[in-house]
Amino acid sequence: MSTNESDLSAKINQKGDSAKNATDQSKSLSSVSSARKVVDRTGSKFVGTGLTTKNVHAWFGKKHALADVSMDFASGTVTALIGPSGCGKSTFLRTLNRMHEFIPGAAMAGSVVLDGKDIYEAGTDVTKIRLRIGMVFQKPNPFPSMSIEENVLSGLKLAQIKIQNREQILQESLERAGLWKEVKDRLGEFGGSLSGGQQQRLCIARALAVNPEVLLMDEPCSALDPGSTLKIEETISELAKTITVVIVTHNMQQAARVSDYTGFFLSDNGPGELIEVAPTSQIFSNPKDPKTEAYVTGRFG
Amino acid sequence: MSSQTLNKHSQVKPLKPWNITPRELLPDFIGVLLAVGATILTLDFTPMRGKLGFIGALFFYSMIATASVNAIKRDAKAAKNSISSLFIYVAAGIVVTPVASIVYTIISRGLAGFGLGIFKTDMGNAVPDSPLNEGGLLHALIGTIETVLFATIICVPIAILTALYLTEIRGRFSGLVRFLVQAMSGVPSIIAGLFIYAIYLISFKAKYSGFAGSLALSILMLPTVARVAEEVLKLIPDDLREAGLALGATQWRTVSKIVIPAARSGLVTAVILGVARIAGETAPIILTIGGNDRVNWNLFSEQMSSLPFYIWRQYLYGGDLATSRAWTGILVLMIIVMFFFTLTRLLSRKGGK
Repeated sequence: MSTNESDLSAKINQKGDSAKNATDQSKSLSSVSSARKVVDRTGSKFVGTGLTTKNVHAWFGKKHALADVSMDFASGTVTALIGPSGCGKSTFLRTLNRMHEFIPGAAMAGSVVLDGKDIYEAGTDVTKIRLRIGMVFQKPNPFPSMSIEENVLSGLKLAQIKIQNREQILQESLERAGLWKEVKDRLGEFGGSLSGGQQQRLCIARALAVNPEVLLMDEPCSALDPGSTLKIEETISELAKTITVVIVTHNMQQAARVSDYTGFFLSDNGPGELIEVAPTSQIFSNPKDPKTEAYVTGRFG
Repeated sequence: MSSQTLNKHSQVKPLKPWNITPRELLPDFIGVLLAVGATILTLDFTPMRGKLGFIGALFFYSMIATASVNAIKRDAKAAKNSISSLFIYVAAGIVVTPVASIVYTIISRGLAGFGLGIFKTDMGNAVPDSPLNEGGLLHALIGTIETVLFATIICVPIAILTALYLTEIRGRFSGLVRFLVQAMSGVPSIIAGLFIYAIYLISFKAKYSGFAGSLALSILMLPTVARVAEEVLKLIPDDLREAGLALGATQWRTVSKIVIPAARSGLVTAVILGVARIAGETAPIILTIGGNDRVNWNLFSEQMSSLPFYIWRQYLYGGDLATSRAWTGILVLMIIVMFFFTLTRLLSRKGGK
């Protein structure tokens, strides 16, 4: 714990300094991200699946919110989506598991291909897609009427999946979310009794219990304190060994710490567009587009 | 750690510097004395008389007293503030007084005939002039319980599904449905009774029965339950619905396993409010259940009685004993309705936590 804390304060200090010195920042950031270990995934039973988008557009009513995004999320990688507010990155994330269509007036164009199949193809069972592509939201949202245990297993119950190894899935999901040790003696308590950071990890465990191949995270740490943020980042690094993660974040240090690839979104009074996508170290040290450079060095946004 | 802190600061005493000292209260006290004195003098030396005159004069003088005390102590703003406070207190008093008066009257008149006996016997072997210990209201109580219970069984599924249509489906007709539900809550209760009378009793040539009463009551109950349920379901954050859908659940699974359990205590409140709304309804009952002096357990055949019906009938008989029975009936009915309202308050307080 103490090492975590000193680690954390170092990171916080780093954040403060970085605002003053942009060059230093990009250097230190790239060193952080390149420090992420490459892991051997052979033999793991959780297998991620790659996701590819082609020319994705999104609208809210008449407002064109997102234009022409083509991205590749390779199996077993973490991709961060960064950009200023209103640039369409969350909208894009929600098109990836068809949550976008719940907003009244929403429309989209383009294709999102999972495992060789377009998830927007006519006749696709949306609920099956969402089982394979899980999601964690900005605000921790455990189900208030359920205990910790019921929360974790709620996805299976909701999708009416019959299971034999209830205990095993429970423990495994909580372990993968890094919460098992903290809650193993209080599984019967309500999810709301946990702290904010624990609740968010409970939501991650809940998303993992249905064994998704891709996990989408929409600013999962924006409502949390730095300590909880660090724990969730550790969780993400662990998860990336087994599944594909796409994370929207406003925190560039976080993007640098957890991701392999980073996509920069920007809206210039029009629809949001993908300006640049590249390995994270490159985005933060040597971006191709001057707009990306301006953003990651803190000159706007 | 906390005990150390306590010892270290043990010489510091907790104070409440915001409390008003007696010295500060003195002008207010003088103001009250002057207002009461002026009121008594006015009643003595002018034609104003009686309780109404006393209250009117006291209100007038209090206004002057509080305004001048505050103007002297502080300024014109404080004086205006004190006058508006006085009006608010008086308005609250005007609301509370009739309720308190009604409760007092019901209890004082209803207690004469109240006793365990009334829950054991019906009016089958009694005449209106029978002594109070002969002839109870068991038949009416059973009638009320059965008709209200069955009305609840009819109404609750429809009302909750209506609320779900408004909050979950949010279909094209939401606006229209919401408008009609609101309009329905303004329907006079006798119209609900006449509606069932015309549709069920005349068109279907059915006989008076408790079931017909339940139908009429469920019409009255529906808008109350549907509107409260809608408000309760609206309070459930969309985050939870999204979380359910993102886990691969269908909308119905999300609603039935997440939204409804999360709103459970509020939905129970909605149902109880609906029950309290209809328990005392008289007009629709008079038109549909026909009345009976004996206990009738069967909701679907033969005429039935009910507490409002019993009260109405006893009052019509006239005479001291029958009137006394009517008051006792009112007392029992009031206890039932109050029980439900108290239950609602307790439940909603629990849900608030």
